[in-house]
Amino acid sequence: MATMKFLLHDGSSREVPLIDGTSLMQLARDHGVPGIDGDCGGACACGTCHVVVGDAWIKAAGPRTSEEQQMMAMTPDVQPGSRLCCQITASAALDGLEVRVPEYQM
Amino acid sequence: MKTSIPLPLPRVLEAPARNLLDRALASAQSRVPIPLQIKSLHLLLKAKQRLLNQPQFPVPVEAPIPPVAEVALDDIDVSNPFLYRQGRWLEYFARLREEAPVHYRPHSPFGAFWSITRYDDILAVDKNHEDFSAEPFIILGTPPEGLDIEMFIAMDPPRHDAQRKAVQDVVAPKNLQEMEGLIRTRVQDVLDNLPENQPFNWVPTVSIELTARMLATLLDFPYDDRHKLVYWSDLAAGSAEATGGTAATDETFEAVTDMARHFAKLWYDKAARTAAGEKPGFDLISLMQGNPDTADLIRRPMEFLGNLALLIVGGNDTTRNSMSAGVLALNQYPAEFAKLRAAPSLIPNMVSEIIRWQTPLAYMRRVATRDLMLGGQFIRKGDKLVMWYASGNRDERKFERADDFIIDRPNARQHMSFGYGVHRCMGNRLAELQLKILWEELLARFETIEVVGEPERVQSNFVRGYSDLQVRVKRKVAAV
Repeated sequence: MATMKFLLHDGSSREVPLIDGTSLMQLARDHGVPGIDGDCGGACACGTCHVVVGDAWIKAAGPRTSEEQQMMAMTPDVQPGSRLCCQITASAALDGLEVRVPEYQM
Repeated sequence: MKTSIPLPLPRVLEAPARNLLDRALASAQSRVPIPLQIKSLHLLLKAKQRLLNQPQFPVPVEAPIPPVAEVALDDIDVSNPFLYRQGRWLEYFARLREEAPVHYRPHSPFGAFWSITRYDDILAVDKNHEDFSAEPFIILGTPPEGLDIEMFIAMDPPRHDAQRKAVQDVVAPKNLQEMEGLIRTRVQDVLDNLPENQPFNWVPTVSIELTARMLATLLDFPYDDRHKLVYWSDLAAGSAEATGGTAATDETFEAVTDMARHFAKLWYDKAARTAAGEKPGFDLISLMQGNPDTADLIRRPMEFLGNLALLIVGGNDTTRNSMSAGVLALNQYPAEFAKLRAAPSLIPNMVSEIIRWQTPLAYMRRVATRDLMLGGQFIRKGDKLVMWYASGNRDERKFERADDFIIDRPNARQHMSFGYGVHRCMGNRLAELQLKILWEELLARFETIEVVGEPERVQSNFVRGYSDLQVRVKRKVAAV
């Protein structure tokens, strides 16, 4: 089965199965991955599921949506690979994906 | 009467007089020191009001509000500042959600406005800052002229983004780590000094005291003067024309003058201390002075005042009323209190549920930037829309048994009290932290926390809070 990894701020990591059609935020919540708040439940309206997609995966994960871009204007420490992971949908094409979870969500 | 009352000017002279007065106002704003500026503004505005015979905003007078079933849909006016106080708000908003989720009210003391009352519609409006502007104000009415200071909560991107970024670090999670210990010590201090076995008013004793201490820390404001912050903030959000509140315009002007004087002093004192080699702190003024975008903010007085006022208003009524609401809710739902005692690990989720259940700020206002359709209604460019978070938080389409207080509600975190989109509350994590610590320390100390008597609710269509909540506490017997 396709899987992905959340790399946590404390250096540990969590591997979760990629369930087709589910957002990465939801996967993180369902598997108790710490550091992904997802306050708004996936509406791209709160900015608290920020992850940084590894360089090699930026293209596969896709570009930020315009809504996402707006929310991220407020996010501290935005990097080229920064995404709101409620806007990334799991699929087999992301098998092996690694994303970094920032120290804080805001 | 000693003073002569100027007669209204003939209509032909009105426009020139208005121009002249407005020019005088503008020139005062660019040259005079801030506190003097506000004082002179007040005098000029009073003169303008008399000369042009501008009507005073009518003082809201309380009258019994009929049950919603007796009112025609078109006659429903949820801007009534007594709706919450009289306990009628639940039925009024329930009916709007059912029968007219995008409801037009052509006449109100605050002008015409649309009410958006369902969760999903509110979310859609809040996320769409291009069609729905936060300018010029986020409250239903218009603040008294001259007190309409500039706050980024009422600005659209990109101006909003630049200003917010300059100050948001003061309440960012990184800064919170520095504050957690301090917050806990203060909570312990306040709780250890509560009277036992005799009723006291929870609002000033706990809720106001703790939020005042927090505000003083965020601003590095003289600790002994901390209650001034509360006083100024209460007045700033409480004028009749803005929210149907009880603050008088003259008193508010005096308070804002005093606030301007204190904040200007705070700015220059901080600059002098930094120049003398003191390490900059984590407070708001230090952050502003250290950021190139805001290092000279003192030269833009209305913006400077606006940013500080926004922070004190944002951290005042909101957390205060959630601190009171938790006690009230747990008393109204004793089974939840028992659940909490059995599982204190529910505190973080309960904090979200308290904030949902109370919704300390009932709404935010927007203005349509173009003609558009919303919920089957035709909204015109320039129309005011009110996103009633208090109603969205009780929408059964989103929350099961929405009126009930359920501390382990699975989607409590999805409440709308912080707003959504670019204006989402930046102090949300600090608010949650304060409430979490309060409840941890309360559970550790008290056997019972009993509400004894009906709470007194404030008069406002915006702030949903308590002025009096009589509580009696009983300490736990110390473990041997």
